[in-house]
Amino acid sequence: MPDTLIFGMEVFLNGLMAGVLYALVALGFVLIYKASGIFNYSQGVLALFAALTLVGIMDGQVPFSHMINAVFGTDIHHFGWQVPAVFAILLTMVVMVVLAWAVQRLIFRHLIGQEPIILFMATIGLAYFLEGLGDIIWGSDIKKLDVGLPQGINASIDELTYQWFGYGFFIDNLDIWATAIAVILVAVLVAFSQYTKQGRAMRAVADDHQAALSVGISLNFIWIMVWSVAGFVALVAGIMWGTKSGVQFSLSLIALKALPVLMLGGFTSIPGAIVGGLIIGVGEKLFEFLVGPLVGGATENWFAYVLALIFLVFRPQGLFGEKIIERV
Amino acid sequence: MLDATEGYTTADGRKIGGVVMEMKNITLRFGGVTAIQDISFDIREGEIRAIIGPNGAGKSSMLNVISGFYVPQEGEVWFRGARRPQMRPYQVAQQGIARTFQNIALFEGMSVLDNVMTGRLTEMKASIWTQALWKGPAEREEVANREIAEKVIDFLEIQHIRKTPVSRLPYGLKKRVELARALASEPKLLLLDEPMAGMNVEEKEDMSRFILDVNDEFGTTIALIEHDMGVVMDLSDRVVVMDYGKKIGDGSPDEVRNNQAVIDAYLGVAHD
Repeated sequence: MPDTLIFGMEVFLNGLMAGVLYALVALGFVLIYKASGIFNYSQGVLALFAALTLVGIMDGQVPFSHMINAVFGTDIHHFGWQVPAVFAILLTMVVMVVLAWAVQRLIFRHLIGQEPIILFMATIGLAYFLEGLGDIIWGSDIKKLDVGLPQGINASIDELTYQWFGYGFFIDNLDIWATAIAVILVAVLVAFSQYTKQGRAMRAVADDHQAALSVGISLNFIWIMVWSVAGFVALVAGIMWGTKSGVQFSLSLIALKALPVLMLGGFTSIPGAIVGGLIIGVGEKLFEFLVGPLVGGATENWFAYVLALIFLVFRPQGLFGEKIIERV
Repeated sequence: MLDATEGYTTADGRKIGGVVMEMKNITLRFGGVTAIQDISFDIREGEIRAIIGPNGAGKSSMLNVISGFYVPQEGEVWFRGARRPQMRPYQVAQQGIARTFQNIALFEGMSVLDNVMTGRLTEMKASIWTQALWKGPAEREEVANREIAEKVIDFLEIQHIRKTPVSRLPYGLKKRVELARALASEPKLLLLDEPMAGMNVEEKEDMSRFILDVNDEFGTTIALIEHDMGVVMDLSDRVVVMDYGKKIGDGSPDEVRNNQAVIDAYLGVAHD
C-alpha cells in the first residue's frame, strides 16, 4: 500500500476526531437557534465560561480573588481544597442552569418579539460580558484541566495498524473519548427532543410561539430549559477542548470555527451539526495534507471558511437545513 | 333573563347548563383606539355560542381577551364560578380553555399526530427522570394520552394523514388538525377563531358538521367567531353581535336576525 494512502487514512481519522469537537460547539448553536430563533454568538464563550468554572471549582479557587485582594489588600487565591471531578462537573452544571435563568430573566425576556438581528446583537453583548465575568471571577491565566480522561497515543490502535500497514497510526485517546461522549450526547439529545414531553414542548416552541402558548406551554420555562441544555453542551465542549489545549481565553474563538460547520449542516439540524463538523474536520486535515505543501501550508486557517463561502453561494440552507420558501 | 345556574333547552332539544364563562363590562383599548367597549355576555355549559360582527368589530380581540392573549383595561372575566386573576395565555390554556387561530397556528414541522399530542401536554405529569426510565409510569401516561389523541383523530377523520408533516397539508385539513389539537386537551371551553375563513362551500359544510358533532359527542362548550352570517345562524344556540367594539345584539339566531341594529350594521344604514 502506498505511503500517501496510509498517511491519508491516519489524517482522515484524526480529522474525524477534530470534527467531533467542532460538532459539539455547533450543536449548542443549533439547539438555541431551533428553539428560540436566536443565533447565539456567545455559545463559544459559554464553553469557555463552563470550563473556567469547572477548573475553578476543582482547584478550589477563590472566586473574585483578584478583586478581593485589590480591595482589601489580602493575598488569597485558593481555599486549599480539591473537589473531585464528578462533583465539580455537577456543580458547574448548576452554575450553568442559574446562568441560563439569569440570561432569560435579565435579557431575552425583555426582547420577546424583537427582530432576530437585535437578539443576535444581544448575544454578542452577552459574549463580551461573560468573557469579562469569567476573567473577573477566575482570572485570565491559562489553566490545566484534567477530569481524568485518558490522554496520549492509543497503544492498541498503534499496534494494530503497525501490524497491518507497517506503520502505527497516532490516535489520541482523548479524541476517542470525545467521540464516544459526543455520540452519547447526541443520542440523549435526540431521544430527549423526540420522546419526552419537554422535548415535544421544545419543538413546539421552536415551531410557533403563539400556538405553543395556546396549548399551555410556558415559553419562559422552555427557553430557560434550552439555555440550560446549551450550557450543558457547552460544558462538555469546554471539557474536551480544555483538556486538549488548556483552558484559555482563545477557547471562545472556537465558536468561529463552528460557523462554517453550521453553514454546511444547516442552522436547524442536529444531525447537520454533526455531519457538518465531521466534514470540516476531515476536510481541513486532508486539504492540509494534500494541498498544503503545494501552497506553503497553513490552509487549516482558511479552508473551513472558504468551504462555507462556497456553500453560501450554492446551497444557502446547508446540507440538512430547511429550505426557506416564501409564498408570494 | 336567565339565572347563572339555570339552564335552558335548545330548539333541537339539547339541554344547556349554567354559566361557564362570564365577561363583565370588558373594555379593551390599544392606545387611543377602543377595540372593545363595555361588553358583557356569558357562555353556558354545552352551548355553541357565536360572536359575530362585520370586519373590525372587535370579535378577535374579544376572543383574545378570553384566551388571555390580550389583557382588558377594565372589566372582569369569570370562569367556572370564580373571578379569573390576570393570567398569561399558557396559564389560561392550562385552566382548560383551548383555541384555534384565524390564520392557523400549527407546528408545521411536526406530524399531525405530534401536533395533536401537544394538546395533551398540560395533562402529562411524568417527570423527566421517570421519562428517562421510559418503562412504568411514563409509558402508561404516554399510552393513555395517545389513546385520547387517537380518538380525536378518528373522530375528525384525519387518520389517513396521521404521520404526515403538517406543512404538506392543504388549508382545509390544516384547519381540521388545529381543531383536533384544541380538542385533544379535552377543553372545558373551546374557542374557534373564524373556523370557516377561507374555505370553499364543501369544506365549510364539513367543518360545520364537525363542530356540531364535537358539541354533540363530547358535550364541549364552544365559542366561535365568524363573519359569515349564514353559517353561524345554523350552528349556534345564542349569538352576540358586535359592531365598532360595542355589543349591539345578544340572543337566539332568530332574535338576532330580526334585530334592527344588527340589520343596520350588516347592510349599512344612512346616517343623517
